[in-house]
Amino acid sequence: MKKSNNILNFNRRDFLRTSAAVGGGLVLGFHWQSCNSPEDIVSMPKEWTNLNAFLKIADNGLVTILSPNPEIGQNIKTAMPMLIAEELDVDWKNVIVEQAPLNEAEFERQVAGGSQSIRQGWVPLRTIGATAKQLMINTAAKQWEVDPSTCSASNGVVKNDKGETLAYQDLVKAAVDMDIPTRVVLKDPKDFTLIGTDQYNVDISKIVQGSPLFGLDTKIEGMQYASVLRPPAFGQKLVDYDDSAAKAVTGVTQVLKFGDKVAVLANNTWAAMKGKKALKANYKTEGRLEDTAYHDAEMMKLLDKPTKEPARKDGNVKVAFAEADEIIEKVYESPFLPHNCLEPMNFFANVTEEKVELLGPIQTPAWCQSRVAKILDRPKEDISVMMTRMGGGFGRRLYGDFSDEAAEISQLGKVPVMLVFSREDDMGAGTYRPAIKYKFKASIKDGKMTAYHLVGCGTNAGSTVRAQNFPAGAIENYLCETHNLETNITTGAWRAPIANFLAYAEQAFMDEVAAACKKDPIDFRLELFERAKNNPVGRVNEDKVLGYDAEKSIGVIKLAKEKANWGNPEAGVHQGFSTYYSHNTYVAEVAEVKMKDGNPYVDKVICAIDCGIVVNPLSALNQVEGGVVDGIGHALFGDFSFTAGKADQTNFTNYRMIRMEEAPKVETHFVKSYNDPTGLGEPTLPPAGGALANAIHKATGERLYKQPFVNQSEVIG
Amino acid sequence: MPVYILNINKKNQEVTADADTPILWVLRDQLNLVGTKYGCGVAQCGACTIHLDGEAIRSCSMPISNVGEKKITTIEGLSEKGDHALQVAWKEHDVPQCGYCQAGQIMNAAALLKSNTSPSDEDINVAMAGNLCRCGTYNRIKAAIKTAAKNS
Repeated sequence: MKKSNNILNFNRRDFLRTSAAVGGGLVLGFHWQSCNSPEDIVSMPKEWTNLNAFLKIADNGLVTILSPNPEIGQNIKTAMPMLIAEELDVDWKNVIVEQAPLNEAEFERQVAGGSQSIRQGWVPLRTIGATAKQLMINTAAKQWEVDPSTCSASNGVVKNDKGETLAYQDLVKAAVDMDIPTRVVLKDPKDFTLIGTDQYNVDISKIVQGSPLFGLDTKIEGMQYASVLRPPAFGQKLVDYDDSAAKAVTGVTQVLKFGDKVAVLANNTWAAMKGKKALKANYKTEGRLEDTAYHDAEMMKLLDKPTKEPARKDGNVKVAFAEADEIIEKVYESPFLPHNCLEPMNFFANVTEEKVELLGPIQTPAWCQSRVAKILDRPKEDISVMMTRMGGGFGRRLYGDFSDEAAEISQLGKVPVMLVFSREDDMGAGTYRPAIKYKFKASIKDGKMTAYHLVGCGTNAGSTVRAQNFPAGAIENYLCETHNLETNITTGAWRAPIANFLAYAEQAFMDEVAAACKKDPIDFRLELFERAKNNPVGRVNEDKVLGYDAEKSIGVIKLAKEKANWGNPEAGVHQGFSTYYSHNTYVAEVAEVKMKDGNPYVDKVICAIDCGIVVNPLSALNQVEGGVVDGIGHALFGDFSFTAGKADQTNFTNYRMIRMEEAPKVETHFVKSYNDPTGLGEPTLPPAGGALANAIHKATGERLYKQPFVNQSEVIG
Repeated sequence: MPVYILNINKKNQEVTADADTPILWVLRDQLNLVGTKYGCGVAQCGACTIHLDGEAIRSCSMPISNVGEKKITTIEGLSEKGDHALQVAWKEHDVPQCGYCQAGQIMNAAALLKSNTSPSDEDINVAMAGNLCRCGTYNRIKAAIKTAAKNS
């Protein structure tokens, strides 16, 4: 195949410019973003036809599918187009995937969050594909002057009952003028040929070759790099500053004040960072400068206070506690956590009189557009938002504080701006996973748990409990309460919000209750789930009895038990169990801990998952492992504390993250299912910490009550 | 500002920069070689890994004035067609999630395989200890390194 230099030699401006034109028509240029290497493509297209906002078909049968949602590493950039391609019935080898820009008229819910992309896109995206396929069939039928019901399509080709064929590429131009079919039938999952098969990451060639992909890789003519000085502690406000040294740094072009912040603009990143370091600023304190000691003391006080209105109440825990043979009461504590996406926060903004161009890593582009519109007092129609691939999201990039800053700086400085956070900026900027404490209390009578009382207290955490989740419905006397401690430290959603710590605390506590009842940890839980399934206590609301599908929970528990050979591990292996339902997906995990030099370490985690249909198993396994390693890593090492409003941890020199040596092997088993798919971005994280803690107990006899576990060196070593 | 002649991916390039400028930023901002990433700036995450005369170094902490005549190889120059054994193995194992750390992982692994053609799990753990993967693709990275070692 002859390579045309024109097409393969993309320049970076082309990379950034959208090629998705809305509506029908010819599109002559195209952008090479295929997962296929050029050698795989048989011929080069001469022209492309836009079918709709999602689809373009080339004259040689190549198909471009736009992936609507932001990509944070959850690989929906591969899976969402797979849904369309399946129903469209084209060969995946002929598909090129492009990232869609923000376009609320054409794309629903362009959000990366809540592990919802596949679940919410399942029917709409398949419908897009099926509609386009029916359109092709109708177009061919019209040309053949036959009834569409006598035609079928597969692999990009329409066929009639005489055996005549017409390929999509030969139909697409005429198809653009046809009425859009209003009634389409989606495939039966048993007929899928693409969904459910292993497919490689569509960006993998670019990733392994270092091609520009991420926000930080943005290069736009005339842009200035911006580095921002923010107040060093929560509770501080800017008084004044001296920028003479900053301005003297070679490459620095402007220094701008906005609110309590000072932006240094420069021709290159290093100069901007140097310029920022050279600023001398004075701050005053307004409000409290908070310490971890303060947070801890205040939260502990609140844990003992009853709430005015519990999150849920069944029966009477007070009576049950009074009548108990034994009471178990434990407190579990977690720190704030930074997200630490490996690509630090960054964003590009170009604010001019005619328009506002926003580009960068953002999990919520529509919200970004609304907010910037308000901040700049511009209509939304003036503002375009393009999403780059993100070097991690984890919830941090739901909040576009960085997009707002970039827009403000660009407006002030009258120049295109590439805002870059250093790692220290990133770790100090807030929006943390809130610090939370839980107090669990359970009563045992005649070898059974008779009451369960959970009180949670968080720091700007909203509700710290999931009151309708297990074990609600499984216990006669149940009380679930939550408190909040106001803080000036900013917080936000962090992968599997609340569940990321609650699950560990709950499941570690369950093991202690199981032990007091002299029951195997899994049998103990199964009994509770059976109770919830067969004879649930109370109800969620008028319409719903149970807040989870106990049958599915039982399914994953039994699968994990079987695959882990529970109770019968190899010599030297200590097993711990945990199960949690979050983001519509059911997970059970068995952690296997071994001892080395007298210290426990996690060797393997066995996962059982019910997420319905698995769209791309190769990628799904990656997500499962990622969630487990994330959960284990932060439970073991994530430590974040405050002194006088300032985080003590500032970079990876004093903040520990899990590394290759510490990562467990992960073995994954999916429940075979034809149910509609649910997400995998978050669900395997919550159970990981609890399984680990329970396994460590098995190995050492010790219980862990605080994260990070590494601080309890008497247990971990 | 001083002028430097650097040998990068087998080509000589003339660069003007302050002596203390980390080579990372010269590569990214001046030479448009953005495959080498910024993650921490203090040599703790490995995302900035390049080769100097074939040895893996953290470019965020190497000032341009210390490079001299040593040959720089970045991810863009690891192979001509993206077909280094590691890049092929990386694809086979579908390693990346977000992908941000991966160029640094590959560069670090490439240096390992130059000095150790058949690394054990322990060898790999030690050699790759400086490369963070926030998404947790460590098991796939290890598998890909072992595949590449077999196929080199």
